[in-house]
Amino acid sequence: MDFPQFLIQLLNSVQYGLLLFMLAAGLTLIFGIMGVVNLAHGSFYMLGAYLAWSLSAALGSLTLAILGGAVLSVVFGLALEWLLFRHFYKRDHLDQVLLTFGLIYIFEELRSIIWGDDVHGVPIPALLSASIPLTDNMSYPVYRLFMSGVCIALALGLYLLISKTRLGMKIRAGAFNRDMAESLGINIKLIHATVFALGVGLAAVAGMIAAPIASVYPNMGSQVLIMCFVVVVIGGIGSVRGALIAALLVGLVDTFGKVLLPSMAGMLVYMLMAAVLLWKPEGLFKA
Amino acid sequence: MIQANLEVLPRSIKLVLGMGLVALLAFPFVSTPYYTEMVTRMMIMAIFAMSLDLLQGVTGLVSLGHAAYFGLAGYALAFLTPQGQAVSLWWTLPVAVLASGLAALVIGFFAVRTHGIYFIMVTMAFAQMVFYLFFDNKALGGSDGLYVNFKPSTAIMGWPTFASWFDLDNKRVLYYFTLAALLVTYVFLRRLLFSPFGRTLSGIRVNEHRMRAMGYGVFGYKLAAFSLAGALAGLAGYLWGTQSGYINPELMGFHMSAHAIMMVILGGMGNFAGAIVGAFAFEYLLHVFKDLPQLGSVNLGKHWQLWMGLFIVLLVTFAPRGILGLFEKFLKRKGASHE
Repeated sequence: MDFPQFLIQLLNSVQYGLLLFMLAAGLTLIFGIMGVVNLAHGSFYMLGAYLAWSLSAALGSLTLAILGGAVLSVVFGLALEWLLFRHFYKRDHLDQVLLTFGLIYIFEELRSIIWGDDVHGVPIPALLSASIPLTDNMSYPVYRLFMSGVCIALALGLYLLISKTRLGMKIRAGAFNRDMAESLGINIKLIHATVFALGVGLAAVAGMIAAPIASVYPNMGSQVLIMCFVVVVIGGIGSVRGALIAALLVGLVDTFGKVLLPSMAGMLVYMLMAAVLLWKPEGLFKA
Repeated sequence: MIQANLEVLPRSIKLVLGMGLVALLAFPFVSTPYYTEMVTRMMIMAIFAMSLDLLQGVTGLVSLGHAAYFGLAGYALAFLTPQGQAVSLWWTLPVAVLASGLAALVIGFFAVRTHGIYFIMVTMAFAQMVFYLFFDNKALGGSDGLYVNFKPSTAIMGWPTFASWFDLDNKRVLYYFTLAALLVTYVFLRRLLFSPFGRTLSGIRVNEHRMRAMGYGVFGYKLAAFSLAGALAGLAGYLWGTQSGYINPELMGFHMSAHAIMMVILGGMGNFAGAIVGAFAFEYLLHVFKDLPQLGSVNLGKHWQLWMGLFIVLLVTFAPRGILGLFEKFLKRKGASHE
């Protein structure tokens, strides 16, 4: 592998890792703070991708579609939290697994009814459709760099939100000791709703910005969900920092595995997970 | 903590189960081949659900990857069946069951050291690894899966007439063979439940720390339960491969694993009888939802996932302890009114 090729793979792996982080961050926050296993998290990613597809066709602009879709998905998240999830925070994990599994079925079928079962492509905006030439016959698409940029910006925003703002302080307090936070006058229900909607929004935005390169297809949520599980297990449940590092690690192993060891590529990530479990059963960064 | 329902079955439930057994014994004589096949499939799923109940209901380990061991045994049968002829049941069944048990032993070695939500995620991730191993490799059948062209032969050397009446190609024979497997599994697991081993597993569910403090090697017990459950899931998978003659990666997918959890919940967990009831109920519901009629321009059956999803959400919201749980509530209420 020569250098330009290596560079392309490296950029791809970082981009994939950052995308995974967007999903895993929501998953790990929702678990860390509310204690809910959310199998339907992949559905939010799918929802985002389909919103990007239908809204960009209707509005004529992917940027507008992403902004509109983000608002819609946050509203959707709030409604879902209020209607169902809020009643499951203190229930057994088993019940949560079943609830969210049932939701996967419902979301998949609604997707099929609303948007059909075809595979769709979302055009890359003209402004970002260029490629940066690396050698005579290799180049790197600007859109992928843009994706990584958006993810980094959102990751940074998330970090600032959680560690520097008053809301973030309340979130951390709620995660640390729910009852204590509540008795200090923090509206924990509102915090929970906010965190849940934030997780849904992040997953949907990930789906929306991934739509132009990954295309939009049925069941697109399941595969990414399992990768997110791997990321969360490696990173340590509840730890956003762990999720970031684990996501980048998974991105690297997966991307380079596909190039260097194509016959084993599907398994490598899981072997990484097994190795981490042997070494640290609670993940790299226990929250 | 996960509570188990009714470890010791009251006489009324035993009576209902006994009547169910009589009905199952008589069923092939009153039904059409289509329904005989359907009930055979239900019994296979019941074995699968019972194997999961050993983890979920007895030991308190929620595995979201149990289908991997189910599928592996089916694949083992497909690989062991040579082109153009049948293979003997007598050695392939133990080999397939052993293969599933071994896979569960290896994966369990990693999975069992985790707890709660980690265990759920890890079992699911490893099952998905197995799924992709078969899905991505053309040599292992790829996404299309493999055919089991010949049902396993039951011939025993020096006893030629045996194979002619014990022929798994005959739907009725396969039905009774599956029923026998179901009964053997049930009796075995019930005995296990009240053996020292089963009591230890129960203790681990109720309070793992206390069990460890009392000197039990919790890791070993959990790993043994995980492997045993995997092997029994393999028995179900082998029967599935025999019946359907076709194996694909979907059998190891996480929908299948979640369906098994659903069956155990639906019936009521921790006593194996609930798993059987749940498997029958779930498979029947699936059949009903897929068979819904055309209503105007809308084909209701085509959207079975919506009905199934709604059913699951409603069940877990309003009746999280399943059918036997409702039954138990009813019994309690009746008991209370007598006092």
